[in-house]
Amino acid sequence: MSKVMVLFAHPGQRHSQINLDLANVARSVDDIGFVDLYADYPRFKIDVDREQERLLVHDVIVFQFPVYWYSTPSLLKEWQDLVLEYGFAYGPGGDKLAGKLLVPVVTAGGLQDAYREDGRNNFPLRTLLSPLEQTANLCQMVYVPPLVLFAALSARNDGRADDHIKQYRLLLEALRDGRFDVEAARRRDLLSDGALPVLESV
Amino acid sequence: MDSFLFQTFIYLLAAVVAVPIANRLGLGSVLGYLIAGVVIGPMIGLVGSETQDLQHFAEFGVVMMLFLVGLELEPKALWDMRAKLLGLGGLQVAGTTLAVMAACMLFALPWSVSLAIGLVFSLSSTAIVLQTLNEKGLMKSDGGQSSFSVLLFQDIAVIPMLALIPLLALPELAEHAAQAGEHGEEAGHGSGFHLMDGLAGWQVALVNLAAVAAVIFGGHFLSRPLFRFIAAARLREIFTAAALLMVIAIALLMTLVGLSPALGTFLAGVVLANSEFRHELESDIAPFKGLLLGLFFITVGAGIDFAILFSQFWFVLGLTLGVMALKALVLLALALFFKIKGPDRWLFALGLAQAGEFGFVLLSFCVQSFVIPGEIADTLLLVVALSMLLTPALFIFHDKVIAARSDSGQEHENDQITEKGTAIIAGHGRFGQIVNRVLLSNNHKTVVLDHRADLIEGLRKFGARVFFGDATRPDLLHAAGLHDAELLVVAIDEPDQAIDLVRHARREHPDLHIIARAEDRMAVYRLYAAGANDIIRETFDSSVRASRCALEALGMHAYEAEKAITVFVDHDRAAIRKLAQVWKPDISVFDDPEYIALAKEVNAQLEAAMAGDRSALHDKTDRGWTPPGRVKGLTD
Repeated sequence: MSKVMVLFAHPGQRHSQINLDLANVARSVDDIGFVDLYADYPRFKIDVDREQERLLVHDVIVFQFPVYWYSTPSLLKEWQDLVLEYGFAYGPGGDKLAGKLLVPVVTAGGLQDAYREDGRNNFPLRTLLSPLEQTANLCQMVYVPPLVLFAALSARNDGRADDHIKQYRLLLEALRDGRFDVEAARRRDLLSDGALPVLESV
Repeated sequence: MDSFLFQTFIYLLAAVVAVPIANRLGLGSVLGYLIAGVVIGPMIGLVGSETQDLQHFAEFGVVMMLFLVGLELEPKALWDMRAKLLGLGGLQVAGTTLAVMAACMLFALPWSVSLAIGLVFSLSSTAIVLQTLNEKGLMKSDGGQSSFSVLLFQDIAVIPMLALIPLLALPELAEHAAQAGEHGEEAGHGSGFHLMDGLAGWQVALVNLAAVAAVIFGGHFLSRPLFRFIAAARLREIFTAAALLMVIAIALLMTLVGLSPALGTFLAGVVLANSEFRHELESDIAPFKGLLLGLFFITVGAGIDFAILFSQFWFVLGLTLGVMALKALVLLALALFFKIKGPDRWLFALGLAQAGEFGFVLLSFCVQSFVIPGEIADTLLLVVALSMLLTPALFIFHDKVIAARSDSGQEHENDQITEKGTAIIAGHGRFGQIVNRVLLSNNHKTVVLDHRADLIEGLRKFGARVFFGDATRPDLLHAAGLHDAELLVVAIDEPDQAIDLVRHARREHPDLHIIARAEDRMAVYRLYAAGANDIIRETFDSSVRASRCALEALGMHAYEAEKAITVFVDHDRAAIRKLAQVWKPDISVFDDPEYIALAKEVNAQLEAAMAGDRSALHDKTDRGWTPPGRVKGLTD
């Protein structure tokens, strides 16, 4: 058993297509922590001590967010800026997060084809999210490639939404139960390339 | 009665005509008064012999001025000045006395006469110098502080001088006087010496110490309950009377025991500098001080004996310039030694080069004590007066030539370090209190005024620096430093007074930032018209927070509630600003079609924005977070 925490960051939940459903899945999985950052900090006054304590008691940190301008929504960036302190997350004595898993679960507006070197967005999504990956590295965390839902706005109409939501539930349960094959996952470019690397039983 | 009214009329008229003109010409008020005196005295001859008596009375202005100076100076600041006070002041008096004495002996005067003349000319004019420094805002500069130290020392030094002078009496003068009959009883400096006459030296010292202790003790422990009691009566004139009574009582006590009344009131001022009544006392005493000092300067001008002056004009002028040059040289040497730099050095040297009002006192005392022959004293009186008359010119010279020239140089940074801009907070209730705490905790200087004496007493126990006084009174606001303040926070309860206060402060100080507390919407409009910069509706922020809590309690996501409230606040504040611009003080809003139309329009806009119509793209609440897919043509 691992202790899993989902940090959900979405400033426009009233208009959310898929993320709200994904968040509700995360809320419903037993024995994992769920944080709606925009509900906890509507005025961006992040309680750093409380956030660090939360990090200490969890083994797996899931960042769930819609990709805004090739990055996280601003509150999740603020969270990183404040919570991943020198001496806590990096630097001398900054090994409190060592060995913990960091798992980005994101939705993107564009098609996967747009995220290529010759595509509209010029870079693969994995590359665009590399600041997150290097943050995990510096904090000695284990970075898991992102689980992505591309073209999220049309996913409902295309019938891809339900499948993705199921995958998310499966991922969270596997992480919780220790059935997630981290090594297999890390060999991938994106976690969502192919079926989830889940072990049948421990 | 008639002649009293006539004289008062002449003096006031001379002041009212001459001082504003002198000020307009950049000569300063002191020169204005002096010229007024010259005009009504020797030139037209409207006033005559009574100027001598008036001068003694007017010297009380100096006493009051030192009380006010003391009020500005907390005990700690005085203690910090001790090296300058004793070192600079002591050396100035000793150095000038010896230099003038040496010069006199060159003119073949006996040593005792020379020494007495040296003592007379070692003193400078506290009245002229402090008044001018205050007027030019130079009191806080290095030169100003040094000048003040020297003047204070001189005022104290007058006492031992008065004790010393009778010992220098010339036997032949005394004999001559004895033949001519009784003379000496009307010793110029009050009746004090008779009281102490029968006492031995140590007894005198003991009585003096007791008197000083009484002033300090009384000022510290008795004055505050007394003023509190009087303040509770809420009778302005009685408070003024009490303030005057205190100053006069101290002066009287000091005179009785043979100490300087100026020193006594100065000490009382220092003791009261920390008191909550400081600004109230200041604004009560200041007009008396101003009038008396003005009167004093007029009498100096009026007292110049033109007959003697013109009979030996070049001699007197040469003597005056010689004395001033000598004094300036001594001061310049001291300034070098005490490392006073740049324009401050010249301010110090030129500013204190004149002889002072105590010179008159000492000279008449010298004549009465048979120390200086009368004909020499008459000439010297002219020299003293003339040097005082020339002083404003020296200040102007310093202003226009020395300070102006060094403005371009590096040395200017010295006199930039004057007092930091302060915030005046009017009203220390629930509102002003918070503002004060926040400003103080961020290292800003505040001056807090409140008119509830009981509240202030309580707050002082918690260490708050709050002053008693009605902030709506212009003179008190002025005493609290309105002209130097950067910020005024109007946090008083009474809406009409708050508006008057804002209007007055805006008129007096156009660059001041004014934050005002408004009771309601109408108050916002009126404060806007009066010229407040930030107008804070007192219940607005709390009701906004209550609405946000309500939205959250009804199930809205915290961030959605935050956004909704932000839109409301922005919109409402913009709307009230627009409405304030069309609001007219003389028409009820219900009879003002322009106001009604605008109010309807802005309300409709707000409702549309708040309704958050989900189909309306890029609505105000959410435009940033509306998914791109919802905007036509952007879908991938």
